[in-house]
Amino acid sequence: MIAQAILSRLDGRGRVFLGVILAALVLVPVLHLTMPASSPLHVPIWLVSLMGKYLTYAILALALDLVWGYCGILSLGHGAFFALGGYAMGMYLMRQIGTRGVYGNPVLPDFMVFLNWKELPWFWYGFDMFPFALLMVLLAPGILAFIFGWFAFRSRVTGVYLSIITQALTYALMLAFFRNDMGFGGNNGLTDFKDIVGYSVQSPGTRLVLFTLTLLALAGTYLFSRYVVTSKAGKVLVAIRDAESRTRFLGFRVERYKLFVFTVSAMMAGLAGALYVPQVGIINPSEFQPGNSIEVVIWVAVGGRGTLVGAAIGAILVNLAKTIFTTGALAPYWLFALGALFVLTTLYMPKGVIGTYGEWRDKRREKAALRADAAANPAE
Amino acid sequence: MHAFRLLTPRTPFRSGPDLRGVAKLLFALMLCIIPFFPASAGPLDEATSLFAADSFPDTAKAIDLVSASGAPQAGSLLEALGDRRLFVGGDKKLYFKDKSGAVFNALDGSKLALEPADLTLVRTNNRLRGAIDTAVGRLTLQAPDPARRRAAAEAVYKTRAPESEEAISAALRVEKVAAIKEIQQLALASIIATAPGKSDIDRLSAIEILRDNGDRDALTPLNLIPDSAGANVKNAAKSALTEINNRLALWSTAQNTWYGVSLGSVLLLAAIGLAITFGVMGIINMAHGEMVMIGAYTTFVIQEVIRQKYPALFDYSLGIAIPLSFIVAGLVGIAIERLVIRHLYGRPLETLLATWGISLILQQAVRTLFGPTNREVGAPSFMAGSFKLGLLDINYGRVWIVVFALAVFVSVLALLRFTPLGLQMRAVTQNRRMAASMGIRTARVDALTFGLGSGIAGLAGVALSQIDNVSPNLGQGYIIDSFMVVVFGGVGNLWGTLVAALSLGIANKFLEPFAGAVLGKIALLVFIILFIQKRPRGLFALKGRAIEQ
Repeated sequence: MIAQAILSRLDGRGRVFLGVILAALVLVPVLHLTMPASSPLHVPIWLVSLMGKYLTYAILALALDLVWGYCGILSLGHGAFFALGGYAMGMYLMRQIGTRGVYGNPVLPDFMVFLNWKELPWFWYGFDMFPFALLMVLLAPGILAFIFGWFAFRSRVTGVYLSIITQALTYALMLAFFRNDMGFGGNNGLTDFKDIVGYSVQSPGTRLVLFTLTLLALAGTYLFSRYVVTSKAGKVLVAIRDAESRTRFLGFRVERYKLFVFTVSAMMAGLAGALYVPQVGIINPSEFQPGNSIEVVIWVAVGGRGTLVGAAIGAILVNLAKTIFTTGALAPYWLFALGALFVLTTLYMPKGVIGTYGEWRDKRREKAALRADAAANPAE
Repeated sequence: MHAFRLLTPRTPFRSGPDLRGVAKLLFALMLCIIPFFPASAGPLDEATSLFAADSFPDTAKAIDLVSASGAPQAGSLLEALGDRRLFVGGDKKLYFKDKSGAVFNALDGSKLALEPADLTLVRTNNRLRGAIDTAVGRLTLQAPDPARRRAAAEAVYKTRAPESEEAISAALRVEKVAAIKEIQQLALASIIATAPGKSDIDRLSAIEILRDNGDRDALTPLNLIPDSAGANVKNAAKSALTEINNRLALWSTAQNTWYGVSLGSVLLLAAIGLAITFGVMGIINMAHGEMVMIGAYTTFVIQEVIRQKYPALFDYSLGIAIPLSFIVAGLVGIAIERLVIRHLYGRPLETLLATWGISLILQQAVRTLFGPTNREVGAPSFMAGSFKLGLLDINYGRVWIVVFALAVFVSVLALLRFTPLGLQMRAVTQNRRMAASMGIRTARVDALTFGLGSGIAGLAGVALSQIDNVSPNLGQGYIIDSFMVVVFGGVGNLWGTLVAALSLGIANKFLEPFAGAVLGKIALLVFIILFIQKRPRGLFALKGRAIEQ
């Protein structure tokens, strides 16, 4: 019954998307575990982690698509929410190092010993407990987004102004996290992780589990987003996107809807960041760079805004291209390619890959229908 | 006639206060005359024979003679004596060797090709070395070069060595340059205030001098009044300390304001272009910073060409760079507008993305062409150095940047108000369709406006090349700041941009001392974020009844 309720919310694209996720969920671990290392079908563990990284980006893109594609809020600060979630997870992982750090201090992380700190700052309390850390993964970005959105939406800061101040937000956070005395490791960030809930972060088994968890999280966030956008509130969100003033005049409390979707989206971004950190092994303030947040926007734009599936696909496609470009002889041209992607997508493919494909398919169906029509009534 | 008087032994400079000016003047004349009268029996010749006698008392007399002679070579002669590099030759003439061992005639400073025969070292003992040090100190305090005199006086001011008292008061008596005289007075006063065994009256007048003219360095001697001094002296010192501290606080406020104005003018330069493209046209140009960068690199290229081909023109390089940077950045801007932005009018968020893409391409293009490292852009001579205004340290380069920023601001204002192009720009901004109906070619005006904004960003690049690293990332550092300035000041209002830039610059510099540079900046960003909630259209919003979109 639940399955039916879920499926009823899905369109064809969503079913295909979930199918692919399900297939990956089965295939990747199986191919990794059963195939011998020499086989071309073997999935090496680095590839698993790389795909895991892409999937966290896909979750982040999904989060942004929810606010941008469905509510018209172009946030240039989603990288900040992602990084905050990552830092929450990173703090947990730091506390798990225990006496295995360079200085062997059972409580203080290495960088604090190095800075000659005597005791743990208050905001590090509780991060030795996994449930608390998980809670903070969602709460830290969520609360920030709530406060920020509370002010911004209530005073009707919209459009590009909102984009600019979200950018200022992530910029300010970047400056703050670069400071050593903030207590988040300064520009080195948090790294050298050892364990997550008792399992080594480095071991292939843990990585495989993290990968599958990320896949599940992607499926989960997709279903949740789908639920939101197909609900009645989702219709209001789209209405706000298309005609904010009109929606307000119809009696909807626009700022509440916006605040809700913005906060939820920030929490999704935080979740993505939390899954990103153990798989990549480091979190540092450069994640707050305004450029990173803008890149997320282009993932969504390439995939197709307002399609959810497109956002995830865009994130994976662009990052795949980035990996291919930056690891080969083409490395110096990556920024040219990325820049061109920005320009060409906005100029020629404003609906993204998914949207353009959908348009093309609709047109073909229309033509086919016309032809069938013409064949059925030849007399006219 | 005076020349002969000057050449009389023993009284070269001590001819009475009324003649000192003339004596100074003629001292220069004497320099020309000496070579023509090599045999004249000056103090140095007398000293030479005393040195040659090779007895410590005679050497002591000779040191006095040399230091009193005021001859230009006296300093190097005494230094050589102190370093055991002064010799008497077989011909009874004085020679000294420099550190590399080359031999010079000690009296006229000419270099000798061959080492003379029978060089014997002029011996010294500890007592003589003390006398030499004092003599050298006295000579530098009265050195002909004002910069050296000044440095020597400042050194005494900082060390407050009681031994220097006599030398500094001697120097004070002959000093003509008012600024140096003041330092010497302070130095003397700080010695009198702190040296043991001075009378309370002397100390009081010394404290008065320190109080009236002293800067930060005057605080130390005032804190070091010996315990033997009377209570009234100590009280005077205490009140002098408060007075100086108050004055210093005032000056540091002034200094901070100046730094703030200087930072504000940089922000203004970076933001004026954006105020046009974003404020007037409503285009979110994320490539604005790259226009600044292009201006800076244009300056770099021009300087390179000038360095290699016409080094004489180097001081004019910035003057040449100003129009060229404007043209280059402006043309790039027009190209961007025609190729990309034109298709995106009415879709501000898409414009943002496309221009961000352009900024990536431009950065990478510059990185490919010029390399990723910082490029050196030199400052022309008129921008180097600094001057003091009271206790303010003012850098010439910064003054020029403030002047330049204001000049650019005024010209843009004039251009918008008084030229046909400005009129058309304003018309198109206010009502595009109406303007088009009146026969204005809006597409052309759009391109020109965007070109103008980009060109001004290029001008900012010329100025920023003087104070920042010219690297492909140059523009990135300014883009967020510029947007903050424009949004804070109010979109579409150049005066707002001016006020916002200056107030943000000043606020930043005042926050820095107690919050640190980074926290100060964060505080300002948070302030602007909150401010926009209160006044979403900035400080000076354009009045209008239009609903958004």
